[in-house]
Amino acid sequence: MYVAVKGGEAAIANAHRLLADRRRGDRSVPALRIDQIVEQLALGVDRVMSEGSLYDRELAALAIMQSRGDLIEAIFLVRAYRTTLPRFGYTRPIDTAAMQVERRVSATYKDLPGGQLLGPTFDYTHRLLDPELANDPAIAEPEQREGDGQRMARVSEILAHEGLIEADGELPEDHLTGDITREPLEFPMERDIRLQALSRGDEGFLLALGYSTQRGYGRSHPFVGEVRIGEVELELDVPELPFPVTLGRIRVTECQMVNQFKGSAKAPPQFTRGYGLVFGQSERKAMAMSLCDRALRAGELGEDITAPAQDEEFVISHSDNVQATGFVEHLKLPHYVDFQAELDLVRRMRSEHDKRNQSNETEQREAAE
Amino acid sequence: MDRRQERELEAERKAAMAALAQAPADELKRLCAAAGMTHEAEMLRGPETGLVSVRGRIGGGGAPFNFGEATVTRATARLPGGEIGHSYALGRDKEKARLSAIADALWQNPTRRAEIEDRILAPLRAAQAEADAIGRAETAATKVDFFTMVRGED
Amino acid sequence: MEQMDVIDGGFAAPVFDAQTVFRAVMDAMARPGTIQPVVGLTQPPAPLSATAGAVALTLCDHDTPLWLDAGLQVSTARSWIAFHAGAPLAATPADAHFALVASPANMISVENFAQGTQEYPDRSTTLVLQVESLTEGTPLHLEGPGIETSATIAPTPLPRHFVEQWKQNGARFPRGVDVILAAPDAVACLPRTTRIKTMEA
Repeated sequence: MYVAVKGGEAAIANAHRLLADRRRGDRSVPALRIDQIVEQLALGVDRVMSEGSLYDRELAALAIMQSRGDLIEAIFLVRAYRTTLPRFGYTRPIDTAAMQVERRVSATYKDLPGGQLLGPTFDYTHRLLDPELANDPAIAEPEQREGDGQRMARVSEILAHEGLIEADGELPEDHLTGDITREPLEFPMERDIRLQALSRGDEGFLLALGYSTQRGYGRSHPFVGEVRIGEVELELDVPELPFPVTLGRIRVTECQMVNQFKGSAKAPPQFTRGYGLVFGQSERKAMAMSLCDRALRAGELGEDITAPAQDEEFVISHSDNVQATGFVEHLKLPHYVDFQAELDLVRRMRSEHDKRNQSNETEQREAAE
Repeated sequence: MDRRQERELEAERKAAMAALAQAPADELKRLCAAAGMTHEAEMLRGPETGLVSVRGRIGGGGAPFNFGEATVTRATARLPGGEIGHSYALGRDKEKARLSAIADALWQNPTRRAEIEDRILAPLRAAQAEADAIGRAETAATKVDFFTMVRGED
Repeated sequence: MEQMDVIDGGFAAPVFDAQTVFRAVMDAMARPGTIQPVVGLTQPPAPLSATAGAVALTLCDHDTPLWLDAGLQVSTARSWIAFHAGAPLAATPADAHFALVASPANMISVENFAQGTQEYPDRSTTLVLQVESLTEGTPLHLEGPGIETSATIAPTPLPRHFVEQWKQNGARFPRGVDVILAAPDAVACLPRTTRIKTMEA
């Protein structure tokens, strides 16, 4: 039986009007501006760009404003928007060694070329709330110091000289770079596709999985070889010009996780690597991504697959928070007919159960008599 | 023009287009207005906004992979004299794309190149270089200067 | 490098022009055998026709690898499509989402193009054949979904042994190619579900 239910229209319209009112809040409080969100909630904007998989600060800020600060809702809005735009092409791969570096630290080498640059980090802050911020205090300009302008080689290039660290991940020459925005996911998948899915994956989910590998569920002895944050140039090949055209710069965070590896039938003892690369400034996400990338290489490196973080289908199928929220949140939508059918079924099972119990009781009584 | 000169000219044009693409939109509009840049141009394509898929490399230097998309706005303009200019830049500013395409078209006319270089590209490059230098100096100030404490008896 | 005929001749109003052509192709695909007018909205370089050019700009973009027949391959039409549609060239006909054929009489056989898979039958090539006329060739009687009783078109020129090739294409269902016939002022379509019943002498 299918029962069409109407009558929600006015309620929905009024709910949207109420939402608009609550979003704006008290009208005597000045409205937020997009540039305020871009400038002062920059890391929230970066998270929306990274998981919305679209680099555009103003759009991400608008999404945060529209979603009342619900970042997953903002990510959803950005993902929906991107489907309305045509594709102009694939950029040339970015060169993170040519980055205008804003932060760069290594946990494995104290004296690496270019040095340890702390940049604008929360590390070493005391995590004490600062009530003064509420009064918009004057903030001093940053200190400046003459830099050496040295090109900062990636830390992987340093270890590589000893032959103790595996090379950058190569794929077969005839491999065409996969794209999950164009082709449905199929398991097992190549590492390029996995990295694309991880880069837009939910920070909380990847963080928890990364943490699980540290606690022993697929242990991989990780060290941060390097985390770097900064701006890289984008270039695009276009048919009408004989040279790749420069599009501008984007800020990215890159993490090279270095992992001790005792060797297997497939590879000698060496350091292996997990890789993280995300939009904006987000080293927590980049680090979690690199831990998951390394864990998911278990099969390739001949390790036993025993832990959730090593299970490709489990990790990749559940890493996208737009998919996850869609399926979880749809449970609140009308399921009246499904539920009615289940209700009938449970009633029938219950009456059969009761009947069986009754007859059992009768039999027992008769047997006892 | 031989092949070498052609390559040099291409490299210069690429650099000019890069300076336009990286320019803050407001600054570009101000400079174009101040330079009295011609607005008589036929738009052959756009300005239109679309996406590029951004690629990185596994491990930093390995096989390419897509890690997200970015908004890009492009335009193609033709001047009354027949020069065709293109522009591509991150973001969604259509007026910036239009002005950049016109500037690229003007740049290709050897009699207008110096004017575009001096009045638009030079100030943009100077501002970019200064911002980069400040950014580098601010980062350099957070560099850790390790020193080793004296340990042991001797 | 930048010839005028490569840059000129695209849609004057990209959104509305593409919608107009899309509507014509959709109607032609939904009602096989009907002739849907498409007036000259593009001026591509020869040998690409205005109608085929309009269909290409409507349906092709960066995500649709395109195969061009020999005549188009060596013409500036190739750069024109690259500039206006951004479509990359397919390495082989089996990689093509769309194929543009300026000279149907010399077309390679249909089975060379992507036929789709059982799981994804939509991943087959859509062939755009430039024809001179939809009424002056040998009449084809059509039957199948979208045709109430029967319909007739008479396109010319057609690929060699087209009726036989089309029968084989139908036998591959749900796989198989779809065809858009682009005449000078109209389009007609043969989706893979359409059967060519008889051919009059």
